Amino acid sequence: MSTIQKISRRDFVKIFGLTSTGIILGCNISSDNKNVIPITDGNTFSPNLFIEIHKDGKITLISSRSEMGQGIKTSLTSAIADELEADWSYISVKQAIGHEKYGNQNTDGSRSVRTILEPMRKMGAAAKMMLIAAAAKKWNVSESDCKAENHHIINTKTNEKIFYGDLVELASKVEIPADETIKLKKVADFKYIGKTLKSVDLKDFTHGTAKYGMDIRIPNMKFAAIARCPVTFGTVKSVESSDAEKISGVEKVIQLDRIVPPVGQFFGALGGVAVIANNTWSAFQGKLSLNIEWNYGENQNFDTEKFKDVLTKRVHEKGKLVPGSIGNVAKAFDDATKVIEATYHVPFLVHTPMEVPNATAWFQGDKVEVWAPLQDPQTARAEIAHFFEIPIENITVNVTFLGGGFGRKSKSDFVVESVALSKKINAPVQVVWTREDDVKHSFYHATSVQYLKGSIDKNGSVSGWLQRVAMPSIVSSFKPMSDYASGFELGQGFTNNPYKIENFRLENTKAEANLRIGWMRSVVHIHSGFANNSFVDELAFAAKKDPVQFHLDLIGEDRIIEGKSNHPYDSKRMKNVLNATAKNANWGRKLPENHGIGIAIHYSFYSYVATAVEVSVINNKVKVEHIWITIDCGLVLNKDNVINQLEGAAIFGMSLALFGKITTKEGAVEQHNFFDYQMTRMKDAPKITVEIIDAMNEPPTGVGEPGVPVIAPAICNAIFNATGKRIRQTPLIDQGFDFE
Amino acid sequence: MKANLSINGNEYSIDAPEEIPLLWAIRDIVGLTGTKFGCGVAQCGACSILVDGMLVKSCSMPISFGFGKEIFTIEGTSENLEFLRKAWNEGNVPQCGYCQSGQLMAATALLDQISNPTDQDIEDAMSSNICRCGTYVRIKKAIHEAVALKNN
Repeated sequence: MSTIQKISRRDFVKIFGLTSTGIILGCNISSDNKNVIPITDGNTFSPNLFIEIHKDGKITLISSRSEMGQGIKTSLTSAIADELEADWSYISVKQAIGHEKYGNQNTDGSRSVRTILEPMRKMGAAAKMMLIAAAAKKWNVSESDCKAENHHIINTKTNEKIFYGDLVELASKVEIPADETIKLKKVADFKYIGKTLKSVDLKDFTHGTAKYGMDIRIPNMKFAAIARCPVTFGTVKSVESSDAEKISGVEKVIQLDRIVPPVGQFFGALGGVAVIANNTWSAFQGKLSLNIEWNYGENQNFDTEKFKDVLTKRVHEKGKLVPGSIGNVAKAFDDATKVIEATYHVPFLVHTPMEVPNATAWFQGDKVEVWAPLQDPQTARAEIAHFFEIPIENITVNVTFLGGGFGRKSKSDFVVESVALSKKINAPVQVVWTREDDVKHSFYHATSVQYLKGSIDKNGSVSGWLQRVAMPSIVSSFKPMSDYASGFELGQGFTNNPYKIENFRLENTKAEANLRIGWMRSVVHIHSGFANNSFVDELAFAAKKDPVQFHLDLIGEDRIIEGKSNHPYDSKRMKNVLNATAKNANWGRKLPENHGIGIAIHYSFYSYVATAVEVSVINNKVKVEHIWITIDCGLVLNKDNVINQLEGAAIFGMSLALFGKITTKEGAVEQHNFFDYQMTRMKDAPKITVEIIDAMNEPPTGVGEPGVPVIAPAICNAIFNATGKRIRQTPLIDQGFDFE
Repeated sequence: MKANLSINGNEYSIDAPEEIPLLWAIRDIVGLTGTKFGCGVAQCGACSILVDGMLVKSCSMPISFGFGKEIFTIEGTSENLEFLRKAWNEGNVPQCGYCQSGQLMAATALLDQISNPTDQDIEDAMSSNICRCGTYVRIKKAIHEAVALKNN
C-alpha cells in the first residue's frame, strides 16, 4: 500500500492503479462528518474506504468498521452494489485491520452509516462511470449510448454487453471522474438500498465458521485467565499458587501489575494474577485455585445501596445550573394549578455480550500482533504503542467478528492484558475473561438518580420543568475526580429533550465514580429516556389527559432546531413516529382485563423513535404482550436489518427494565453470571411490530441504539395503566414483580 | 490422559486433562471452534451440542460423558439442521451470530423430538438459550419455517 501515500491529486476518488488482479479505488472521509475531506496535508492521500474490482468480476470492499451484529458489512455492500449496478453475489467485504489510514474506526455512537454512506455511494458511482467510459472506448461509441446493468455495460444501440471483469484493465486507464461530475442515483431507482437484504455472513453464522476473537488459534499459543481484585483498582498483597500449579494443563502463574492509563486517554488494565495454561479450562480452574490476599484500596467501602441514598439526598438539594435552561421555573410553579414531583433511579448496568472480552497477542521483540473482537482497534493499537513502547507501525491489530459489543468492546483493557502476558511468557497467548470476570470487572453503564418537578397550568399544559441529575461520569475513566456528568452526557436527552417547555431548568449534581464507568448501547439516553417519559406520563395523568395527545402537545408546534451537526431536530418527525405508533397499537381501544398500555418517545443519535407497549399484570406477574416501535432514521440502507436491530433493541431494553442491576457491597460487585444478572429469554419475548417511516430523502441517522431508551419507560407506563402502580426505578424484578 | 471422541462422524484421539468439560476439549484440543463459550455454568446455551441425540450444555459436562458416544456439533450436518439453516437464511435471523450455533443445536434437538412444534413447544425448548442481540422473534418464526420447508 506504499504507493497510496504518493498520490497527490485532489479528487475525491482515487485509483491506485492496476494490480495483478484488478483495480483499487479509494476515498477519504472524515470521521464524524459527512463532508468529504479529500486530502489531509495537500501532498498525501490517505483513503479510508476502498473497493477493488477484480478481473474475474469479483468486487471486494474493505470495511473500516467492526461487525458486531449491527449488519454494517451488509449495509456497505448494498450501497456499493447499488451505485455500481453490481450483481450482489459478486461482492465480498474484508474486515480492515486497525490503522489510522482508515480514518476513525471507532464503531459506536450509531454512526457508521451516518458517516460512510455518501462516500461509499460516490465510490460506487465513480467506478460505474469508469466502466462505462472503458466500454465506450472499446466500442468506439459515445458514453451516453452505454448503460450499466447487473454487472455488465450494455450498448443501448446494439444491445451488446460486456462483463465488468472484462473491462477492468481498460477502466484502469480511464480518467477518474471529478467529484462534481459524480451523480448519485435517485431514490426511486435504488435496487438494493432501502430494500430487504440478507446478511452477507449468514453462511458462516449458521455453520460455526465465523471467526470471533475466541476462535483465533496460533501454533503453540497459550491460554490465560486473570484473577482481578474484587474491588476496583485493588492490588495483590500476596499470592499462594501451589494448588493452581498442580492443575493439569496449568503451566505458569504470573503476577500482573495494574497498567494505569495516563490522564485523558486510554483504558490501561486492572492487573491481578494470571494463570497460563495449554487450554482455557485449565486456566479458569487454575484461577479458581489461587489464594490471593488483596489490598482493596480506596474503593473498598463502595456500597451501591448507600450511594443511591447519597445521590437521592443530593438531587433534593440545589445543583449546578446547566446552560440551556430557559424561563423561570419558580414562577411557573407558583402560578401552576398543579405541581408534581418524582424521583427516578436506574442502577449500574453491564453489557454482557455473548462473547466475553478476549484477545490473542503475540509479542515478538519489537513487533506485536493482536487478534481481538474490537469496536475501536485504533485505540487498542495506540495503547500498545504507549504502554509497551513499540513503534506504532510495528503493531498489527486484526479485528475479528464480535460476538456482540454493546460498548464493552470499545475498551481495550483485555488487549493490553494479552500483550503484557505475551511479553512476559514470550509466546502467543489468548486472554479469556470468564463470564464472572465480565460481570464483576467491567466498565459499567452508570447509575443515576433524577429528581423532577413539573407544573400544569390552567390549560392543562406543562408550564414548568425542573430536572436534577446525579450520575457518575464516563469522563471519570479518563480523568479522576470528574464528579459531575459532562456536557456531552447531558446532551444525550437532557439539554435536548424533544419537548417544547417555556420554563425549563436543568441542574447537575455531584456523583463520584467508584467503579470504572463506561458506555453501553444507548448510553445516557437510557437515563434521560426513562425519567423523561415516566414523568411526562405522570404529568399527563395529573392533567387528566390522554398520554398520546399530551405527548403531542408537549412536542409542540412544527419547528426545526438547528444543532451543531448536519441533523437538525424536526418536531414534525417526532410527532409523526408517535402518531404512527399509536395507530399501529390501535391506541384508545378497550383493552382486555388486567392489560395496560404505555408509550414513550425519544430522540437519540438523530433518530426519532416512539414505542407503545402492552402488558398484562396478574398477581404481580408481568407479561410484556406486544411492543410496537416506530423509527424515522432517514434513508434506510437495509430495511430488514433496521427491523432486526429494533426487535433486538426491544429485547435489550426489556432485559434492563426487567432484570438489569449491578450492585456492590464493600466495593465488590455482587452479581456473578446469567443466573443473577438475567437476560430476557424467548419465553419472555413479546410480539414486536416495527414500522420504519419512509424518509428516503433525508440523510441516514442512527439505528443500532435509538430503539433501546423507550422500552423501559413504556413498560413502566403500561404497568401503571394496568395497575395504578407507578414505577420509578428499574429493574422491575426488584419492584415486586415477577415474569414466569 | 489419552481419549477418543467421535464428533460429526470423525474420530479424534486427543490428550486432555481428565476433568475437562466437553466444550473445552472440543474447542481447545480437538480444535472445532463453532461451539461457543458463553457462561460456563449451563445458563446461556451457547455451548449446546448433541450427544447421542441428547441436547447437552457442553460447558458443564465432563469429557468422559462423550466417551463411546456420537457427538454432534454445528460443524456437522443432519436433515433437520439443514432445513433449519435454510430457514435461518430465509428469516435473516442472526445479528452478531455468536449464540446461533447453540440456537441451531437446540432447534435441531427440538425438531428431532417434535416434528411439528407449537409456539409453546418452541418457547419451552429454546428458553435456555440466550441471544443478547435479541433475535428470539426470528428464531421462533424460523423454526416454524423449517418445518414448513421440510413438509413441502
